Amino acid sequence: MPVSRFIDGNAAAAYGVKLCRPDVVCAYPITPQTPIVEYIADFIARGEMASKYITIEGEHSAMMATVAAASTGVRTFTATSSQGLAYMQEGLFYAAGSRLPIVMAVVNRSMGPPWTILAGHDDAIAQRDTGWIQLYCGSGQEILDTVIQAYRVAEDERVLIPIMVCFEGFVTSHCYEQVIIPDQEEVDSFLPPYKPPYKLDVEDPMILTTFAPPIHWMGYKKKHDEAMEAARKVIAEAEAEYAERFGRSHGGLFQAYRCDDAEAVVLTMGSLASTTKVVINKLRELGFRLGLLKLKSFRPFPREELKQLLGNVKAVGVLERNYSVGGWGGAVFLELRSAFYKVADGPRILNFVAGMGGRDVTPLEIEAVAKKTLRAAQEGKGEREVEWLLGEIG
Amino acid sequence: MAHLTIEELPSEEYYMPGNALCAGCGESLAMRLALKILGWRTIVITVPGCMSAALIMGASAVPLLVGPFASGGALLSGVETALEAKGVKDVNVVAFIGDGGTADIGLQALSAMVERGHNVIYICLDNEAYMNTGGQRSGATPLRAATTTTPGGRLFRGKLQPKKNIPLIMADHEAPYVATASIGFALDYMEKVKKAADIRGPKYIQVLCPCPVGWGYHESKTVELARLAVATRVWPLYEVEKGRLKITYEPRTPKPVREYLRAQRRFDHLTEEDLAELQKLVDEGWAELKLKARSAEE
Repeated sequence: MPVSRFIDGNAAAAYGVKLCRPDVVCAYPITPQTPIVEYIADFIARGEMASKYITIEGEHSAMMATVAAASTGVRTFTATSSQGLAYMQEGLFYAAGSRLPIVMAVVNRSMGPPWTILAGHDDAIAQRDTGWIQLYCGSGQEILDTVIQAYRVAEDERVLIPIMVCFEGFVTSHCYEQVIIPDQEEVDSFLPPYKPPYKLDVEDPMILTTFAPPIHWMGYKKKHDEAMEAARKVIAEAEAEYAERFGRSHGGLFQAYRCDDAEAVVLTMGSLASTTKVVINKLRELGFRLGLLKLKSFRPFPREELKQLLGNVKAVGVLERNYSVGGWGGAVFLELRSAFYKVADGPRILNFVAGMGGRDVTPLEIEAVAKKTLRAAQEGKGEREVEWLLGEIG
Repeated sequence: MAHLTIEELPSEEYYMPGNALCAGCGESLAMRLALKILGWRTIVITVPGCMSAALIMGASAVPLLVGPFASGGALLSGVETALEAKGVKDVNVVAFIGDGGTADIGLQALSAMVERGHNVIYICLDNEAYMNTGGQRSGATPLRAATTTTPGGRLFRGKLQPKKNIPLIMADHEAPYVATASIGFALDYMEKVKKAADIRGPKYIQVLCPCPVGWGYHESKTVELARLAVATRVWPLYEVEKGRLKITYEPRTPKPVREYLRAQRRFDHLTEEDLAELQKLVDEGWAELKLKARSAEE
């Protein structure tokens, strides 16, 4: 029988990993990811988890030892955050370029300086071009369910791309919630053992991470991009099957809430979606035709699906915890605008930069975001395209 | 232990000819000889360097994984742990990594791998500089050697610091087996590889691999240079097993260091004072080593 436990987001990730039975876990502690590393060590120490655990000495090595283990043909897990993720970057390219289905929890924390240990999506967004799938979660339950689905998607032969399961530091990682932990047998039947198509094997010797001459190099990247495209379908399929088996759905690529008849939609990722939902419900009661789109998959970016869903909306307010300095907007805003380029009567798209460095995003602020987006829908223009939610202090 | 003889060496080759490395490459010889001993049940790890340029293009007949420059120790750890998870116990996991990847950028990963005690063999192919990028100084470049970043000039005569002693650093990590070797003493080197394969835990072997291009000598002289380094006591051959240091080859009458130095263009700029300074350094190093060996005997 599935059990319900009152646990934090990090524990939800750890329980999800435990249910997936990775052969090798290799991670290095960093605030606010550290409890994941500790929970897994505890599971192993208590004999509840059979994984081999490499207590590695830093994130660069953490990613490369994980890459090496995955190259040897086993299921692997690692986890990091912020500065640690940046320190891994060279390895991120190795993992993705080698098409290894590694799953990594990324507990999002803004990049210093200025120094902080608090939430922000800027750490993972900075790694968007490393070729990883990025799935953003907003609750403990979503984290656990997404970890399980992530292995299924990453290991699918149509995909073979590593996945970051992202959730915000402290806001989600340290927030306690009731989380349903499914039965091991049910997870086993959803997630069969990993069968690597290629591996380091003395019986079948091959050179991995080989050299590619100019005539082949770009072809590898093209194939990688095609697999990323295929992942859109595979993520949706895995979500549908998971929902059927376990009775829970988090939307796959994204989750649309009250978007059907909405004039304007607030689009956001991760934990901000739950606060936004409350605000939308309140404003709906007052007669405002607003919807919420919780974007889960940033890579692959579901541009076709979003174009279809938001095609009839007059304005979209993108509320996000990252910003590309010098790029005039957050990454989600820029990509959404790019998706709607050449769509003649596409929605007006506004950007609200918020919640980086752990800055609180209040329901009142989100209410203002929703109302500004609605005004842009009704008047056909916004006050400002990119607005920073800095409150009174700034 | 019975010593290896040439007749006993396997005829199988796991390091393939026709690869990208230079004529007279010491590293090529080191990889070929080690793989002869380790055999086909071996997985090879490497990182950027001359050896990776060869291996990645197909010189390795056994499975090969190449990773980032700093990651040698981490790659060994990952492969070994994955094999352990799969219950595979009879596969050698060996790294061929240059002196830059060992003494400089990869030292953290190496140190941590040894500290964690992974059952692997780390072979440092020491040609005393970043030869793959054209010969820049590394931490393993010896005192006074000219490299492209430590040229022999009027003000600065080559590298200003002595060679970082990685074998003794590894011995202080309490690695169960640490050895130095020279491709000029092939059987001694291969015996050490064999010994390493039979010991559990992290093993470290640093093999001196002369480089005709970087050191400046004719490609036919590689083995000669590798022997001369030992005969002059510039590169002593020893092993450290469970903390006990044993010198494995002792030149009866050591040749003067000048003979070794004058055979290489990288030391062309040396003055008589420099030669005397280096002779003194080698003598002191040898005396210290003898002291360590003697205290191990007692």
